[in-house]
Amino acid sequence: MSEITRHSYDVVVIGAGGAGLRAAIEARQQGKKTAIISKSLFGKAHTVMAEGGAAAALGNVNSDDHWQVHFRDTIRGGKFLNDPRMAELHAQEAPQRILELEYWGALFDRTKDGRISQRNFGGHEYPRLAHVGDRTGLELIRTLQQRVVQLQQADAAEFGHPESMLKVYAETTITELLKDGDRIAGAFGYIRETGDFVLFEAPAVILATGGIGKSFKVTSNSWEYTGDGHALALRAGATLLNMEFVQFHPTGMVWPPSVKGILVTESVRGDGGVLRNSEGERFMFRYVPDVFRSQYAETEEEADGWYTAPAEHRRPPELLPRDEVARAINTEVKEGRGSPHGGVFLDVSTRLPAEEITRRLPSMYHQFRELADVDITAEPMEVGPTCHYVMGGIEVDADTGAALVPGLFAAGEVAGGMHGSNRLGGNSLSDLLVFGRRCGLGAAAYLDELGDARPAVAEAEIRRAQEEVRAPLERKTGEDPYALHQEIQQTMNDLVGIIRRGPEIEQALESLDKLRERAAGVRAEGGTIYNPGWHLALDLPNMLLVSEAIARAALERTESRGGHTRDDYPAMSPEWRRINLVTYLREGRVDQRRQPLAPLRPDLMELFEREELAKYLTDEELSGTERTGASVDPDGHGGPTEEAASAKEDES
Amino acid sequence: MTTKRTFRVWRGSGEGELVHYEVEVNEGEVVLDVLHRLQATQVPDLAVRWNCKAGKCGSCSVEINGRPRLSCMTRMSTFEPEEPITITPMRTFPVIRDLVCDVSFNYQKAREIPSFTPDPGTEPGDFRMAQADVERSQEFRKCIECFLCQNVCHVIRDHEENKEHFSGPRYLIRVTELEMHPEDTADRRTISQEEFGLGYCNITKCCTEVCPEHIKITDNGLIPLKERVADRKYDPLVWLGSKIGLRKGADTPIAPNTRKPSSAPEQ
Ligand SMILES: Cc1cc2nc3c(=O)[nH]c(=O)nc-3n(C[C@H](O)[C@H](O)[C@H](O)COP(=O)(O)OP(=O)(O)OC[C@H]3O[C@@H](n4cnc5c(N)ncnc54)[C@H](O)[C@@H]3O)c2cc1C
Ligand code: SF4
Ligand code: SF4
Ligand code: FES
Repeated sequence: MSEITRHSYDVVVIGAGGAGLRAAIEARQQGKKTAIISKSLFGKAHTVMAEGGAAAALGNVNSDDHWQVHFRDTIRGGKFLNDPRMAELHAQEAPQRILELEYWGALFDRTKDGRISQRNFGGHEYPRLAHVGDRTGLELIRTLQQRVVQLQQADAAEFGHPESMLKVYAETTITELLKDGDRIAGAFGYIRETGDFVLFEAPAVILATGGIGKSFKVTSNSWEYTGDGHALALRAGATLLNMEFVQFHPTGMVWPPSVKGILVTESVRGDGGVLRNSEGERFMFRYVPDVFRSQYAETEEEADGWYTAPAEHRRPPELLPRDEVARAINTEVKEGRGSPHGGVFLDVSTRLPAEEITRRLPSMYHQFRELADVDITAEPMEVGPTCHYVMGGIEVDADTGAALVPGLFAAGEVAGGMHGSNRLGGNSLSDLLVFGRRCGLGAAAYLDELGDARPAVAEAEIRRAQEEVRAPLERKTGEDPYALHQEIQQTMNDLVGIIRRGPEIEQALESLDKLRERAAGVRAEGGTIYNPGWHLALDLPNMLLVSEAIARAALERTESRGGHTRDDYPAMSPEWRRINLVTYLREGRVDQRRQPLAPLRPDLMELFEREELAKYLTDEELSGTERTGASVDPDGHGGPTEEAASAKEDES
Repeated sequence: MTTKRTFRVWRGSGEGELVHYEVEVNEGEVVLDVLHRLQATQVPDLAVRWNCKAGKCGSCSVEINGRPRLSCMTRMSTFEPEEPITITPMRTFPVIRDLVCDVSFNYQKAREIPSFTPDPGTEPGDFRMAQADVERSQEFRKCIECFLCQNVCHVIRDHEENKEHFSGPRYLIRVTELEMHPEDTADRRTISQEEFGLGYCNITKCCTEVCPEHIKITDNGLIPLKERVADRKYDPLVWLGSKIGLRKGADTPIAPNTRKPSSAPEQ
């Protein structure tokens, strides 16, 4: 058996995307000895792919923008299911986080008066996304990466070694969190390059592992997105919130097959691009739902006027929140008005001069030219929905990022609550910064409170973790991980995809059950050094666990809202709006309970017209007599536990 | 449309060899798709580094028929129908296994460069910069750190001995980027010559040719940096300053204790 290398840290951050790096920077700035662990190389985490921008109410382009407006947009986008405290902190703190990035060297695109420029995006009332062309994620990750290096340089000057207080463990995968009693004590994993096993002993672990998209066949996500953090948290005894909400981005590439799912940024629409069906119709006008009717244009003329004079015109319907646009495209294709390769047309070529397109959307231009032989300055793109983001995630305390397990924290896409049932574009990058920092602070405060009472990892636990990881390599027979992965992806795509039906979800759960049994006997050929087949074999249980959580929650929530559309329950239900579905493990199996969502504070409630609230809230909530003894059980079974309800109350 | 193609793929680590595979290729695919098919159907443990499969992360750099390229952005249709395709790891870095290299050299070099240094009298939110003034640095910040330019540069490609004294084009344009940042106050001109080896570069432009982000590494980065270094040498004020020990206009030194970090802390 390979040696196990041991390291001891104050804080271990799992994930080197925007959330993980920001958390690690904060933990180090608080004086904590910090490790950053990442499955990929430093600077290459999935955040690097983000294109459009980071939302923050800086008010640089339209000075009417304030955090309250951003908050309101976020809640609207999430269909009132967001954790209100998270949405509030996010809207308030995003501007500071963006300015801080600039102060660390980020170079955002500029306004005429030399400030950070901001662009329009779906669901945002004002131009709000700080951006760099269409490579904002790269700028964000590079700036944070360089900030880490800067802190290391300072440590080198002070302590003689750059890695004395902050070290990056690249291409290292955590397979298990270890506990001492009910508290976090460390994390176990393997190093790709050497095949060695590694143990991090640490009282505080921050999960920043991103999303789950690789459980779906058509996705914009990278290979890292196997839901590891969600699964690690569940196995460590933490809870997941509202896993049924999965965002399908309306515009992914549809052709050629090998690039199907790769993202076409929403900025194309923000900058004037329009959607048409095979009949040339700008169809989105037919899909403006009642709740948004008053804010969106009804004619092409009105919509086009908005780009130059937003105060006098209502917004183009192409800029509705993502769930609406994705469903509309899905319907157009299903009703036979799709493009040749099963999407719809997204056209910017007739809307902007060619040089403007290549300046504003350089990577899109590049991507279509290199991968699809399409010149977007001369012809339309073909696009269709692609699995993009998971709103569901680890249940955390808004202020500190603490999960229910002491010593465990989570930030970024892996955390839940912030985005409700649907995330607005641009709200993830700012979420990473705001809650990444808060997690770093939260972990540091936890450590200070802990003092010398450090938890310890039991040797038997370490041996067990190691045996589990080696198991696929030691089997003489067993199934091939690649084939199993494809079956999971197909199952989720077909049966728990963008439009869901009860019987299909049940079928998915049955398939997942069988797949889990088969995955338990999976075999990997070869050795421990950089062996992708083995790595995939170890990812499979995580994907299966997360897929089951999604499917179970999707079956349970008998309404349609945001990133969860039930064909058999098409309406949005005010009763369901008050409910968080919480996933946890009971004896190793996925189980769920209902828990009330914290109500909006009266001052935040006032940001909305009563008429709008009436579309979302129950009569009881509207009349202000909510909560006391209120039932949160819309269809009469399996209500939340008393305990959970009061725990939630304490928090708010 | 599906065809069979011949792939010759480097297998092994220190010792290794090209192994021949016959593999299916479909219309519209890129080289990385084919490597994935090899993993799924013939060689499950074939080591390949990749992440985004969208040309954005710079992980999947290899040499394809001798040319340094991103495997996720190299379409199969760019090869002749019968042309065999040879895939080897980047030559300038030690091979870990199969197509995966140890690229830690690059992270080491990144750490030596003095970071962005704003005027200490400013604070977040103070900067006002015109688009025209940030654009030059923005070009270099498009870099996805694929290290293909590092791999192709002849100064280190077959000259292990130069690695200590030469940071490579990627990190020389990082220096240029910082030098051109409107709010940066450090002066890295002297160390770019003396520590980062700008003088080794003889402007062959091989780096620019392979850059998948089409950054004009030489024309917009290395040549202007060389000019600035020359200006620095002949600037009479700076010369006088260094003679009489004035702080202002002083050279910023290489970040201390970052080269060859010793395990025993100095101090
Ligand atoms: C194509 C695309 C475009 C997007 N554009 C935008 C946009 O314009 N604006 C916006 O706001 N959002 C955008 N998003 C969403 C946003 O990019 C992501 O939600 C966000 O980057 C997630 O960041 P993160 O820090 O949570 O995780 P990530 O950046 O994904 O990082 C996850 C990290 O965890 C590591 N990790 C995972 N599992 C393990 C493990 N078991 N052990 C060790 N390490 C592990 C990974 O290696 C990685 O370092 C986009 C997403 C995509 C796919
Ligand atoms: S131009 Fe300079 S840096 Fe670029 S490859 Fe040639 S010698 Fe190397
Ligand atoms: S400059 Fe170009 S070739 Fe060099 S690392 Fe950056 S992206 Fe790659
Ligand atoms: S896999 Fe990211 S650039 Fe090729």
